Amino acid sequence: MKLIIAYIKPFKLEDVRDALKAVGVSGMSVHDISGFGRQAGHTEVYRGAEYEVAFVPKTKIEILVPDDLVWPAVQAIEKAAATGEIGDGKIAVLPVEEVVRIRTGERGAEAV
Amino acid sequence: MKRRLLTVAALAAGLSVLVASPAIAQEEASAAPQWLVDNLWVMIAAVLVFFMQAGFALVEAGLTRAKNVANIVMKNLMDCAAGVLAFALIGYAIGFGGQELLGGWLGFGLGISGVESTTADGGLLPATFFFFQAAFAATAATIVSGAMAERTKFKAYFVYSLALTALIYPVVLRWTWGGGWLAQLDVPFSDFAGSTIVHATGGWTALMGAWILGPRLGKYTKDGKLRPIPGHNIPFVVLGAFILFVGWFGFNAGSELAVDEFVMPIALKTLVAACAGAVAAMIVNWMRDGKPDVSMAANGLLAGLVAITAPVGAVETWAAVLIGAVGGVIVVYSVAFFDRIKIDDPVGAISVHGVVGTWGTLSVALFARYDDAFLGRENAGLFYGGGFGQLGTQLLFVVVHFVFIAVATGLLFLLIKRTIGLRVSEEEEIAGLDVMEHGSPGYGLDPGIPGAGGAVGAPAPSPAPGT
Repeated sequence: MKLIIAYIKPFKLEDVRDALKAVGVSGMSVHDISGFGRQAGHTEVYRGAEYEVAFVPKTKIEILVPDDLVWPAVQAIEKAAATGEIGDGKIAVLPVEEVVRIRTGERGAEAV
Repeated sequence: MKRRLLTVAALAAGLSVLVASPAIAQEEASAAPQWLVDNLWVMIAAVLVFFMQAGFALVEAGLTRAKNVANIVMKNLMDCAAGVLAFALIGYAIGFGGQELLGGWLGFGLGISGVESTTADGGLLPATFFFFQAAFAATAATIVSGAMAERTKFKAYFVYSLALTALIYPVVLRWTWGGGWLAQLDVPFSDFAGSTIVHATGGWTALMGAWILGPRLGKYTKDGKLRPIPGHNIPFVVLGAFILFVGWFGFNAGSELAVDEFVMPIALKTLVAACAGAVAAMIVNWMRDGKPDVSMAANGLLAGLVAITAPVGAVETWAAVLIGAVGGVIVVYSVAFFDRIKIDDPVGAISVHGVVGTWGTLSVALFARYDDAFLGRENAGLFYGGGFGQLGTQLLFVVVHFVFIAVATGLLFLLIKRTIGLRVSEEEEIAGLDVMEHGSPGYGLDPGIPGAGGAVGAPAPSPAPGT
């Protein structure tokens, strides 16, 4: 089992969700976040005065997947979230020791 | 268009006589329905002007942060509610009362019942005139809350608001619409609906308040660089601007104080000036800064309205478009100017009401074609061969008004600062005035505990850190 964390452009969320469902991923968590990476910030103007937007809005998704789905899922996100522009985001894959489904008490891959 | 001055005279007479005979009133009603129509229109206009309070509340709430939204609308509420009472108790008599009323220094609220008279004397009932003027007084007071937003102690603001409507604004009224020295000059002043009398009174008071308070925390970096603090609800701003727009038809067209053939052209000139102000501000702001800022276009709309308020009775329609457009252009540069000299006005009130109000008042001297009942002659404007006389009077008017307001409100704010304190603590400013001043947040009672329904009411992160 792995936990996949991906930081993507917010408008790509729909595409990424569809791509993940297509490869068999059965659930995900989504957060709206802000941050900066290579894209850094940019300047905007408010009532005639420039200001720096230091943090760019991004969407963070977390999915728990059984081992056989890890690479299909990563590839699905990679493909669906890509625009080729700076700021497309990152994907991290983390090991998971245990998963419990609260309702049934199932453990491990069964619970994913 | 002599009605306004006649009404003031009739009102003074009415206050002095204080005799109301129902029989006479009845007779007049059947003989002269015009006075009833006049009273009805001015009452409707006054209601429209009162509705502008809602517009101010929304514009100011939208242009400030979510953590201070309850505080700003509370200030608007009290500017109106306490302002009307203060104006009734003291201010109205200073503005319009005759000498016979204890030297004119006590209002009807202290036992003088002239305002309840049902003798219209062919003009407005005292009650109608009071109602209309009270709406104007509340407008002058509430302009200031936006400029002093997000950092002023509520108690201090409340004291200011009472002092403005009870004492300071009425002195301006006495000098002008009350028939005082500016109306008695050889070349009398003209300010039809109050670009200076109402709007610049609010605008220059806002200037003194914002200046004495100092900028909000985080508005400037330690090395003095400007860091804007965006407002939290732009739809509020635009909705508020629309409400003000609607209310202004009462403000300007109601200031005719009668129903006659001039009311509709006044409404038309108000309409086109506002539209020209919004479009002009948008174009200039777009060219200057790369994007058309929504709140700046809304400020432009209001600038067009403030600009046309003084000249609306005297100018031709094409001039109204031009005067409104110039107001819209001025506001873009004026907002940037006050930002640069570190006078922090979150809503642009100083620019919209003070600077553009002054432009509108001066524009009378350039474009006056008709007699608006103040000018006393046709073609008074410089561009119509009227010479420099009117310009001299208008300049004297705006300068004296500025000096009076700056000194009176400057002293008032300094006095408040010395006694009850003008500004909240740094801690309170960062936490937000809603909870610290009023006990609960503006958006919901839920304090944003995770799992309790979410942080719906939590202030959005500001792009200016540390604020």
